Amino acid sequence: MSALIEVQGLSCGYGNKTILKDVSFSIERGEVVAILGGSGCGKSTLLKHLIGLYSPQAGSIRIAGNELVGTTGADREAILRHFGAMFQAGALFGSMSVLDNVMLPLQSFSQLDAPAIEIIARLKLRLVGLEAFADYAPAELSGGMQKRAAIARAMALDPEILFLDEPSAGLDPLTSAELDALIRRIAETQHVTCVLVSHELASIHAIADRAIMLDRSTQGIIAIDTPEALAQSSDERVNRFFNRGQLRLVPQHCAASEPTLQG
Amino acid sequence: MPPTEAQLRPTPTVTRFELGGDLTLATSSALWQRIQQQQWAEIEIDASAVQRIDGAGAALLFELQQRGARILALPAQGQRLLNALSPELPLLKTTPKPAQHLITRFGARVRAANANFYLQISFLGAICAALWQSLQQLRRFRWREFCLQCELVGANAVPIITLISILFGVILAFQSAIPMRQFGAELFVANLLGLSLIRELGPLITAILLAGRTGAAFAAELGTMKVNEEINALVTFGFDPIRFLVLPRLLAGVLMAPLLTLFAEVVGLFGGALVMKGFGIPFATYYSQIAGQVNLIDLLSGLSKAAIFGFIIAAVGCYRGLATGNGASAVGAATTQAVVQILVLLVVADGLFAVVAYHMGW
Ligand SMILES: Nc1ncnc2c1ncn2[C@@H]1O[C@H](COP(=O)(O)OP(=O)(O)O)[C@@H](O)[C@H]1O
Ligand SMILES: [Mg+2]
Repeated sequence: MSALIEVQGLSCGYGNKTILKDVSFSIERGEVVAILGGSGCGKSTLLKHLIGLYSPQAGSIRIAGNELVGTTGADREAILRHFGAMFQAGALFGSMSVLDNVMLPLQSFSQLDAPAIEIIARLKLRLVGLEAFADYAPAELSGGMQKRAAIARAMALDPEILFLDEPSAGLDPLTSAELDALIRRIAETQHVTCVLVSHELASIHAIADRAIMLDRSTQGIIAIDTPEALAQSSDERVNRFFNRGQLRLVPQHCAASEPTLQG
Repeated sequence: MPPTEAQLRPTPTVTRFELGGDLTLATSSALWQRIQQQQWAEIEIDASAVQRIDGAGAALLFELQQRGARILALPAQGQRLLNALSPELPLLKTTPKPAQHLITRFGARVRAANANFYLQISFLGAICAALWQSLQQLRRFRWREFCLQCELVGANAVPIITLISILFGVILAFQSAIPMRQFGAELFVANLLGLSLIRELGPLITAILLAGRTGAAFAAELGTMKVNEEINALVTFGFDPIRFLVLPRLLAGVLMAPLLTLFAEVVGLFGGALVMKGFGIPFATYYSQIAGQVNLIDLLSGLSKAAIFGFIIAAVGCYRGLATGNGASAVGAATTQAVVQILVLLVVADGLFAVVAYHMGW
């Protein structure tokens, strides 16, 4: 069976500006894959192209064997129905309660009646630990809870692939670790393939089966491997990223020596 | 051992259903309706024939189990999905809020309006305090922001003000010239135009345009800043949002409204002049008619009214912006409230002004 997501020679950017050039990789069913890289190297850009928000400058994206690039109309909608996405800022609809946010996709895209939709939506909230907050407005939740609610909404239609852009951005380490555990649990119990953007080493090690490392200067992928293997990598750039947590604060070679004057 | 009575009763027979096929979001809508139609207590459901199952399918099994059915022989994948939902715990149901009595709701409204009124008074007080502080430290007033706001409020409004006021002058002149002509009194259309534009319509048209253009913009801008916690950031840095944000806008409003009004009056009168020319009245005659009718007091009272209108527009716009609640829809609500309140206050202020002017003999 072919890979669930297969990207071939993808070049993407905005207008005439190319951010990523000739990128190829594939993601298997059930994997959790992290997209890594420094700020501004095009992680969000890649994700938005994978979701089909922008059309790439060149290349192909195949989802479960179906080409996404250049497909329009009902075929495209059928492909997009495989996706759930959570954006960097959560993007819950502020004028609706948390429960309504989760019910909205179900109301629009399923034939179920109202009681069934409510049960499903409440169970999605239970899955992310927000069952008791169903009637809160998004603004009344903390940052971590908003992220979890956004995940519940992204999971509403039981997507095959869940895309997450910096799920733990702006959260404290503890909340961020909780969120990582939640994402891992959802990936395992709900049989969903996860593609997430992250720059936090801790979460990459906790969640990801594999990591795709982007680099700004080469405008492309510099490594794809398991987090463990990447941490051992001999590549200078990968190494710098993975070992930056161990920056030495005390310079090793104290070259400066007292000037002496000898007569 | 005491003898027991002879008994005869039916043994509970277990009903068994067999569940099969794909249990997914797209394929289970008929089943959802079916499970609401009967009792499921003490019923066994053999799920061994279930093929594909997703989260929505697991939710359906959850609901069956909540209704008392026992799910048997579910394939491992489905069992994992179901276990993740903790099927032994019933769903939390939110109790709908009891409907409030009409009188309670009315009371709550009145209270909210009252509280709002107090807030507005204290906002007015805060403006005065900030103004006083700024007067003592003129250097620290944000002159650049003030100039930027003057440009946004004043200069950028010139095209639309030109368009509307020339249209107004032309229509007013034309529509009054037709009946006046029957009495041979077209000439006095100039008096009519001069008086009404300079005393009433000039300030009012300008204020209404500014309410839609500037009042709404202030409310939306400050409201978005509030929602994005930019206001909180300012406060933590020790900036007073009134001094930092409101004062420059307020002064720009107070200064630009009279200037725009003056401009609108000139343009409106020019539009009238064009029409009058068509009716055979030369510019010079038109001008001397107006100059004979309108005196400096008329002009100044119109302009001071415009300044008050400018104050109302800027103050209410800023107040509504700062009072914005949470979320994107709150910004929309704040903007709407700002424009509505500005228009109401404009009418009230205009009425008060007319009463004062009448008693002062202006
Ligand atoms: N909508 C856009 N239009 C033009 N350029 C953009 C846009 N969004 C992002 N960029 C540029 O693309 C580059 C990559 O951005 P992004 O993918 O958001 O980075 P990150 O890896 O931090 O998520 C940046 O240089 C950014 O300036
Ligand atoms: Mg990003």
